[in-house]
Amino acid sequence: MEQTESHKPNVSRLALFLSFSRISLSSFGGAIFWARRELVERQRWFAEREFLEMFTVGQLLPGPNVLNLTVMVGYRFAGWTGAAAAVAGFLGWPCLVVVGMGVLYQQYGALPQVQQALTGMSSVAAGLLLATVIKLATVLPRHWRPWLFGALAFVGVGVMRWPLLWVMGALAPWAVFAAWKEQE
Amino acid sequence: MDRIDLGGLFLHFLILWFVAIGGPSTILPDIHRYLVDVHHLLTNTQFADLYTLAQVAPGPNAMYVTLIGWHLAGWAGAAATTLPMLVPASTLTLLVGHLNERYPDAPIGHAIRRGLTPITLGLVFASSTILMRAVNHDWRGYLITLLTVAVVLRKPWNPLWLFAGGALAGILGFV
Repeated sequence: MEQTESHKPNVSRLALFLSFSRISLSSFGGAIFWARRELVERQRWFAEREFLEMFTVGQLLPGPNVLNLTVMVGYRFAGWTGAAAAVAGFLGWPCLVVVGMGVLYQQYGALPQVQQALTGMSSVAAGLLLATVIKLATVLPRHWRPWLFGALAFVGVGVMRWPLLWVMGALAPWAVFAAWKEQE
Repeated sequence: MDRIDLGGLFLHFLILWFVAIGGPSTILPDIHRYLVDVHHLLTNTQFADLYTLAQVAPGPNAMYVTLIGWHLAGWAGAAATTLPMLVPASTLTLLVGHLNERYPDAPIGHAIRRGLTPITLGLVFASSTILMRAVNHDWRGYLITLLTVAVVLRKPWNPLWLFAGGALAGILGFV
């Protein structure tokens, strides 16, 4: 795509670091909203469509999809060191925050009140995951095959407690192939 | 409790991050299996506590992996679980990003996404059942979980409020 290259803005490594720090520190419960706000609306480094394309690529790949986006953006503007600057901004601060939490947890985690609060919060965390499942289920086609793959993944990993690598190795190629055939 | 083998931890997370299509919640069941069931490095409660604490931190929700690593073995442990996350991100992402720029409408991309979505669904469901079994000891815990689901599906509230509500319910002795 020639035209996407033509208007590439000049972005320094420091700007990458600062922008991804801002995204990371403002994002509670999902970074994608803040990434779009910073990169498309605030800095105008990307058009809406370009951003969507990069996000889609990030989603196809393993790992946190906003991290994948972070690497792509940093690399596009300033090569490997740009990617490193963006990743440092995106992961550095949350790393420090969770380590701070780890210190507090080791000090006070055994206190009964803390333990009770954490139990209540974990029930909420389970509910957030369950809500994600329900949202995904509503976009699944009304056909038996996707539901079968979903059920097999759940039983293999959640009930039989088989290693994820085996389950993905068995299911993923089969599922992608079936989706590919259906498309033709 | 086993001794911590940092090299083994690093390798295990490296493999997991390569199959974490669908995001960091899909590898929770396997992290739990490896650390709680196989190696007895964490209890069920510790695992749930660390996962949940990281959910109220800023940044990607993958940070629970960093917190678990830090809890197990300090900075070296955090590095062993977090650095492998960067390997697929910096190799596959750039490769696929490049291919995608060249062939923006390749049907294989659609097939991958459509094929893997149901698997993601099954894995995230497994994650939620593992957390529920770890912390919901009776109907009251399940009630909080179901209330959370009901609120999330209806209201666009920030999840931090829900965590605050859960913490309050816990302190007041509801769970």
